[in-house]
Amino acid sequence: MKIRFEHLTKIFPNMNKKLPDVVAVNDFDFEIPDGKLIGLLGPSGCGKSTALNIICGLERPTKGRIYFDDDDVTDLPPENRGVGMVFQNYALYPHLTVKENIMFPLRNIKRSERPSEEEMEERVLEAARLVQIEQLMERKPSQMSGGQQQRVAIARALVKGPPVLLLDEPLSNLDARLRLQTREELKRIQTETGITTVFVTHDQEEAMSISDLIVVMKEGAVHQIGHPQDVYDDPRDLFVAKFLGTPPINVFTGEIRNGGLMIGDEEVLRVSGDVRDQKVYIGIRPEGFELSDTGAFTVDMIRVEVMGRDTSVVSRHDAMTGVSIRSIIPSDSGIDRNAKKVRFDLKPHKVDLFDIETEERITCGLMRREG
Amino acid sequence: MISGNKAKGWLYLLPALLFLGAFMVYPLIDVLIYSFEEGYNSASQTFFGVGTYNYSYVLRDPYFLAALKNTIILVIITVPLSTGFALLISLALNSVRKLKNLFQTVYFLPYVTNTLAVGLVFMILFKKTAYTEGMVNLLINWFGGSSVDFIDGPYWAKMFVLCFYTIWIVLPFKILILTSALASVNEDLYKAAKIDGASGFTIFRKITLPMISPMIFYLVITGFIGAFKAYSDSVALFGTDLNAAGMNTIVGYIYDMLYGNSGGFPSYASAAALILFVIVLTITCINLMISRKNVHY
Repeated sequence: MKIRFEHLTKIFPNMNKKLPDVVAVNDFDFEIPDGKLIGLLGPSGCGKSTALNIICGLERPTKGRIYFDDDDVTDLPPENRGVGMVFQNYALYPHLTVKENIMFPLRNIKRSERPSEEEMEERVLEAARLVQIEQLMERKPSQMSGGQQQRVAIARALVKGPPVLLLDEPLSNLDARLRLQTREELKRIQTETGITTVFVTHDQEEAMSISDLIVVMKEGAVHQIGHPQDVYDDPRDLFVAKFLGTPPINVFTGEIRNGGLMIGDEEVLRVSGDVRDQKVYIGIRPEGFELSDTGAFTVDMIRVEVMGRDTSVVSRHDAMTGVSIRSIIPSDSGIDRNAKKVRFDLKPHKVDLFDIETEERITCGLMRREG
Repeated sequence: MISGNKAKGWLYLLPALLFLGAFMVYPLIDVLIYSFEEGYNSASQTFFGVGTYNYSYVLRDPYFLAALKNTIILVIITVPLSTGFALLISLALNSVRKLKNLFQTVYFLPYVTNTLAVGLVFMILFKKTAYTEGMVNLLINWFGGSSVDFIDGPYWAKMFVLCFYTIWIVLPFKILILTSALASVNEDLYKAAKIDGASGFTIFRKITLPMISPMIFYLVITGFIGAFKAYSDSVALFGTDLNAAGMNTIVGYIYDMLYGNSGGFPSYASAAALILFVIVLTITCINLMISRKNVHY
């Protein structure tokens, strides 16, 4: 089922009348395609969870409509929307066993439409099998690990066969190893069931790794929607560029002058296309640096960190906006660890320019200098 | 080293043990001994013999049987009703947003009010005198009924006032406990249940009630114990001569046996106290067994 937002806005009036109201969701106007895994991504407090609560019906929007396929569900209460939801803390019923937890949504179906007792048992078992917890059916939530609890929560959300599955920060309560594993698991479950799935996260790596589509949000507004790789490669603005990628993009203040891209006094790349001379933000991905004795870009080295496959060079430059510059180069590049200065060439497709006022991306061609 | 630690442990416990021994264990044993000493005279500290006569006397005493009956009626009526009312009021309090604190304070006020002062108010509400019929009777008359003497009248009328009064006096504490129990239920469970398609009543029955069940059972158990030990409520309404009013309770009977006009019989009082102890212990054990089965976590 596809989900469509039409100018959806949610405003929370501020308790303190002197402070402005909080716009948690600002003019959502896009469509979530059927059968895809969508990551709602943004920093804490950007309105992701509110958006999720509006989809499931726990919150009512201040303005705008929301459609499931062609049905307007804006005024439907959560119990009539038929979505499945997994809460950040799982919200399992502590007094019920795993089996009773998973069966709870089925028990609430109207008597006339409720499947037979045997069929309900069968469906509970099926959902449990999907998340591989069929051997834990008689346990209480308190007798299980966080990862197991989450599987139960997913099974409970799926047992009714809902057209939409929502997950609020599904991985944030798991330890690092389990997080990686559960991530794969989520993708597998989504692919097996083909259910339209929306999950909320503040962890860009999580969103990038499994989403078919990511929606990057900031302060209630959607900044960019797209395939993770496309958003990473072509960020619409500086916020999106900074938010995606680990280690994060390195941002410098620089200038376009006479068709050259200048950082400090060095011309690092050539600029083509119809752009005027102006001051710009220059974003360089960590993997956009190439070690070169004749490189155009010179930085002061701080230290070299070995990460096995790659080497991370931490350095400094007067024009940088962050606290340091981090560049990732292959470990066989033969860098001199004791050098004071390092010279890099930049890969043009890993460099983005942003307007210094609007912070929006400047579209132009970039290429290496001749010679 | 371990035995040294053990000795230290006992040393730390010593003050508490001394006090408990002197003020709890010793009196308890003493009461037990009194209850088996026949014809004990507190002035001369003498007794005739040892046996179960005190128990058979108490159990055959019509005043004790009346007190037992009153106490049991009081327990059976007030414990479920007061817990039920407290739950209803707490649910209502939990769902209001505006003035929530004000309502909570208002409902808690009776708790800090003196029992006897409340008794006075109830007298004004219910007592029929030569000058006035009392507030409640005025209401009854207004609806076309005839006056009832609630304080000196028929047994059921007096019992009604006593139960009414008891419920009213225990309600605030129960409301306090239940509102905080309700407030501590994780909000996400309600949201999850809503998404799982549960109606309001189903959520109450399947989520709220089980989640606060430990507190409900705590209130039921302490309610039973408290109601079995009722005395001051009866005094506040009917005065100190409770046997004449027919409104005596077991604790009232024990008091009368010790200090009342017909008093001076510590052996009978001890026997009655131990009978009460056995009743309360039995009921509490049954309660605990039921709660083990029904309180889930």
